[in-house]
Amino acid sequence: MDLDLTPDQELLRDTTRKFLQSTVPLTTVRALADDAARFDRGWWQRGAELGWTTLLVDERRGGGSISGEGLRDLALVAEEMGAMVSPGPLIATNVVAQAVSRDASDELASHVLPGLLSGESIAAWCVAEPGRDITPHGMALQARRDGAEFVLDGVKRPVDAGGQADWLLVTATGSEGLSQFLVPASAPGVRITPLRGLDLVRQYAEIRFDGVRVPSSAVVGVLGGASLSFEAQLQTVLVLQCAEIVGATDRVFDFTVQYAFDRSSFGRALASYQALKHRFADMKLWLESAQAITVDATRAVQDGAPDAGEVARIAKVYVGERCPELIQDCIQMHGGIGVTWDHDLHLYLRRVVMNRQTYGDPMHQRDSVAILADQIGGRP
Amino acid sequence: MTVTATAAGGLAEDLGSFHARAKEWVAANLEPLDGADPYLGHAIDDADHVLRAKAIQRKLFDAGFAGLCYPVEYGGRGLPAEYQDAFIDVSYGYELPRLFNMPTFTIILPTILDFGTEEQKKRFIPAAIKGEELWVQFLSEPTGGSDLAGALTRADRDGDVFVLNGSKIWSTYAWKSDYALCVARTDWEVPKHKGLSVLIVKVHQPGITINQIKHVDGSDDFCQEFFDDVVVPADQILGQVDDGWNVASRLLLHEREAMSGSSPYAMAPRTAAHENDRVGAAALAQDSGGATDPRVRQLIGEARVLTRVHTALVGRIAVSIRTGRLPAAAGSIPRLSNGMMRVRLASIALEIAGDRAVAWSDNDPTGELGVAYLGRQGPCIGGGTTEITRNIISERVLGMPREPAEDLDRPFRDVRTNAAVPRHRS
Repeated sequence: MDLDLTPDQELLRDTTRKFLQSTVPLTTVRALADDAARFDRGWWQRGAELGWTTLLVDERRGGGSISGEGLRDLALVAEEMGAMVSPGPLIATNVVAQAVSRDASDELASHVLPGLLSGESIAAWCVAEPGRDITPHGMALQARRDGAEFVLDGVKRPVDAGGQADWLLVTATGSEGLSQFLVPASAPGVRITPLRGLDLVRQYAEIRFDGVRVPSSAVVGVLGGASLSFEAQLQTVLVLQCAEIVGATDRVFDFTVQYAFDRSSFGRALASYQALKHRFADMKLWLESAQAITVDATRAVQDGAPDAGEVARIAKVYVGERCPELIQDCIQMHGGIGVTWDHDLHLYLRRVVMNRQTYGDPMHQRDSVAILADQIGGRP
Repeated sequence: MTVTATAAGGLAEDLGSFHARAKEWVAANLEPLDGADPYLGHAIDDADHVLRAKAIQRKLFDAGFAGLCYPVEYGGRGLPAEYQDAFIDVSYGYELPRLFNMPTFTIILPTILDFGTEEQKKRFIPAAIKGEELWVQFLSEPTGGSDLAGALTRADRDGDVFVLNGSKIWSTYAWKSDYALCVARTDWEVPKHKGLSVLIVKVHQPGITINQIKHVDGSDDFCQEFFDDVVVPADQILGQVDDGWNVASRLLLHEREAMSGSSPYAMAPRTAAHENDRVGAAALAQDSGGATDPRVRQLIGEARVLTRVHTALVGRIAVSIRTGRLPAAAGSIPRLSNGMMRVRLASIALEIAGDRAVAWSDNDPTGELGVAYLGRQGPCIGGGTTEITRNIISERVLGMPREPAEDLDRPFRDVRTNAAVPRHRS
């Protein structure tokens, strides 16, 4: 958690926390796993009223932040959602809303944003492709100009909220260069297949684009000039993923420490065994480190700092790698009950592993960090 | 040109102009490090190291940049921590007298401020700020490092003086130092924490023998001292007689502040950039070209992640202690992080360097990496082992039960120790 919050930010955090606790307790999360929709649209609209969808959108386009720093605000919401393994397309919808707000024409923005802001419609960023890196060079889905239209061909997977989205922001390549298009999920030629996945309420999909025709008005930003937007979107996603992971891990660590005080063996509390105390000390170190780098990354991306791309990736590497391990350690502390379906531990592990593996996993991001370090060092 | 704080404590110079003036002064008066070790600077040998550090510190003092956060009446400038931060910002990359940073400025002087008599404060704080006197800590003993309160070194009252006998160890640069704070036992008939005192000891005087200890990497910074009827005037006790545990605890608190980056008296940021550079150097030295080998890239990335996360952690814990979110003992969290990070960085450098870390030509920088690996565990041992650190974090930050001890409930004389109690020869 950011240690320097304004009273308004604290209010956003607290109202979000109370709303989540009362509307989607873990029993509800478990029940939603059997619901094809994975979340209730009416519930999402009530969340939107709390500000969940407006924070990254410019005021002139109907959005608005709490503190003047929308990403820092939204990271608080993401942390709370992580702590509750909440349903809802928080990352997917917000990153698309941000892109539309920043890059889209007035016509496109006024057509799409009101629905996203009110929560009536949902959006997904179609970026990952099978076997490809999440980099501009990794994009293989083709956009071909055909008169006044563009024709999209290719496959995106896994697409976060792809099965629920009304609007798809598609990152494509082609003779024009890297471009982004906003496509209705209902467009002819779009084939959406929900994937089975670890997270009980965050569903991913495979989306095939077979000769999907879109008008030139569907272009978001500059045709062929989307690499800066791509980077900005990715930084936003990485920060929000880390905030969610940290929120989830903080909660798990909390109740695991409590368990160590409550549970006894050989007539002693678990918390009195040095072998376990030392593991808890390590976990505390990792948790504080994960929180620290997430806050640093959030601020760097918020401020558009020169090293924002590096810090966001560093956060993804550290948080994405360390926090799932930390939760596995917490499972170990619980013993047998920790690997049962009935205990809630696996709900958190599912969410953090999902975030770890998507939008560029730690191994991929570590490589990017090395390349950036190499460039900064001025070496060939 | 110097700045003066007004008598009322108001500031004669706002932060912005201080920053600008410091920047100009540093560029004109300090030498850039130009790749030199930030700690040793451009010193050519040990003796030169002390002379250079003292001279630079005097230069800082004369220009009004020394002891920025120390009270004016003791030779400081009485400025808020933001001024020290500003000076750190402009002086990064320049040769600084870091020899004074720890323990003198960040640990010893703050403890003297807390417990010293007016005479002690006036005598010792200005002398250090002017670069005249360097300090060392006499804490660990050959019979035990982590159990500080189990000290066997004794100080026996004899009229106007205390007579010191015993031995201390792992004191860094003792032979370069002028004064020491020394924890010694003054009462053996009470439980361990109740019979200690902290003495101000002149390092170079009759009865003190200093041996340098050769480290695995060939360096000899660490020392062992032997005290043989060393005479310490009774007015050189810091704090009250037999209240030394209270003083020593504060000393350790200031050490944690220094380690966690929350000390306002530090003259340089405690970042890990230097260690990270070694990994980069190893990669550079690769015949294959480090940046093109995906295995090497994973290691370079890992090293960069570790150092950047550590920097973020240091900042977070400093704020957390300042605001009371975490207790002061949380300073042990960055201490643990630093140890574990540096162990891993040493291993990463070794991995990248391959066989050139163990068999090298003259002037091959990779040779240093193998030697550094031999001393890899040092950062997990010095300043309290990482095991003791984990005890502190679990017990004093997370509130878990203390380890059982069998030395708290009886006179120290009856406690099992690692050595026969040295007798004062009368």
